[in-house]
Amino acid sequence: MPKTNKSGREVPMVPKANFTSYYGNPIVKAAPWGKDIPAYLFLGGLAGASSLLALGAEVTGNNILRRNCKFTAVGAIGASYLALIHDLGKPSRFVNMLRVAKPTSPMSVGTWIITFYGPAAGFSAASELRHLVNSKRISSLLKLINKPAMIGAATLAPALSSYTAVLLGNTATPAWHSGFKEMPFVFVGSSALAAGGMGMLTSPVSQSAIARRFAVAGVATELFAIKKMEESMGLVSETLNSGTAGQLLKASKILSISGLIGTLLIAPKSRLGSIASGAALVLSSICTRFGIFEAGQASSRDPKYTVMPQKSSNS
Amino acid sequence: MKLQFREPGINPAVLSGWEDAPPRKGFFTDTSICIGCKACEVACKEWNHVPEDGLEWLGTSYDNTGSLGASTWRHVAFIEQPIAKPASENGIASNGSANPDFRWLMSSDVCKHCTEAGCLDVCPTGALFRTEFGTVVVQDDICNGCGYCVPACPFGVIDRRDGSDSAKNVGIAQKCTLCYDRIGAGMTPACAQACPTESIQFGDLDELRVRAQERIELLHQQGNKSARLYGEDPNDGIGGAGAIFLLLDEPEVYGLPPNPVVTTRDLPEMWKRAGAAALALIVGLAAASLKR
Ligand code: SF4
Ligand code: SF4
Ligand code: SF4
Repeated sequence: MPKTNKSGREVPMVPKANFTSYYGNPIVKAAPWGKDIPAYLFLGGLAGASSLLALGAEVTGNNILRRNCKFTAVGAIGASYLALIHDLGKPSRFVNMLRVAKPTSPMSVGTWIITFYGPAAGFSAASELRHLVNSKRISSLLKLINKPAMIGAATLAPALSSYTAVLLGNTATPAWHSGFKEMPFVFVGSSALAAGGMGMLTSPVSQSAIARRFAVAGVATELFAIKKMEESMGLVSETLNSGTAGQLLKASKILSISGLIGTLLIAPKSRLGSIASGAALVLSSICTRFGIFEAGQASSRDPKYTVMPQKSSNS
Repeated sequence: MKLQFREPGINPAVLSGWEDAPPRKGFFTDTSICIGCKACEVACKEWNHVPEDGLEWLGTSYDNTGSLGASTWRHVAFIEQPIAKPASENGIASNGSANPDFRWLMSSDVCKHCTEAGCLDVCPTGALFRTEFGTVVVQDDICNGCGYCVPACPFGVIDRRDGSDSAKNVGIAQKCTLCYDRIGAGMTPACAQACPTESIQFGDLDELRVRAQERIELLHQQGNKSARLYGEDPNDGIGGAGAIFLLLDEPEVYGLPPNPVVTTRDLPEMWKRAGAAALALIVGLAAASLKR
């Protein structure tokens, strides 16, 4: 029960930050990662959810949407590879990731996911181009590989869209770890709304009904999960609402809600409305990923977010 | 996934597959007798050929090193702590005739060589490994600089070295090796060897734990109630440290986390959550694909 003071006003239950730090220095270290990593969080999510949406489009007979989703997936995963390699301290040694497979390392797990997912997404997209190929043998080969590749990519896709939350969660970065229960749901929601948005952006209105429904489900999941995440983060949730992270997450919310309204009201009728709503959703997903990334970095820089939760768990 | 880290008190070298591992090695850093000479910092730099880490004036007492990092593997913290009453409590500053109105807190910090090491758990290349001595070491030639170990360490110890490409090991993660080369040859690590007051004691961890216990009891008998051990408990959030400390104040005063827990302990739960979210995504797609 919330405490009340004499005048009946609620007294905030947030513990007072009364501890002595070492000259205000951080205790944990912020990840030495640049913009590549939040960009990857977005791109990997977009790729995964697009592969799933491609499968949905196939099943429902929306061929243009299916093709466009496959192209989105392969473009996004290709850019992901570049971002991930670029962010390494020793890019020439990126293959060292493949020396081991370690379930205690979400990065190792993720590397194996994208190692298998990438080629599947690639072949799946390539088979869409089989009519442009002159050689009969290659084109029939691409036809043969189409289904297995599409299903393979769609099978790995959910893991690709959700594991990145574990990647962040398994760190001592206060804002990432304290939200580990809900962050996977934030991330799959964000992936779905990005893929749905991209589908709306690239495909005709008549083809993109599933993309719209997928996006709506994504927005609902993301908004709900992020609210729940804020609650479980306790004191550390401050970092979601202040500084760069706060601005990004606010922008994300505005974009996803306006994207949602657009998707429901305008996108089914107007191609332009569909493009605008889709773009808002894609941008929202970018803002979410950069926002959560920045919240983590900010929480590492202030020792209070490391010390206070540990002190209250002590007593 | 093997949840082998749940059994306290077991030599992690044995868990990592070392047969007939020697006794686990570690440090006991008794900060109550540290004089802040920084001989450990210098010795570590010299022996391990660690490059310069910035020569800034930080305005933080006599500490111009700041914190542990890729090019600082021993770090002496300095705190000039005001005290109200004459220093009878800590048994150190009161040795002189005049009773100062402050006390020195000086502590040489180092990698904890955790029993459950977050850095090692998350390393995707296997560059970080557990040695036969139970210590945690980066293999310079394998690390690809992914940087994951950096936020995974609950103490903020390890870091990726930056600097010009020509400098040694730039782009890869670096930290204390507990002088793997020296202890492998039966020698004492450079920092402990250089410590003139034996504030840094090296040895078999079991023995050091006993010594630390005796020392803390003595200090408590002498009335130093604020003295405490840090990292000595095999039941703590990292399964106990390989480098244990005797502190004279709360850990956070020295820039140490008060109650760190390796996040890998939550990892099975995290994978479950991610699995549920992945499933939700599939359900969402299926629902969206239904013909209406
Ligand atoms: S203190 Fe940090 S760097 Fe050292 S072993 Fe523990 S987790 Fe690794
Ligand atoms: S930076 Fe090197 S040591 Fe650290 S996790 Fe990555 S590969 Fe392992
Ligand atoms: S044990 Fe060796 S590497 Fe570690 S701090 Fe001491 S001198 Fe440096």
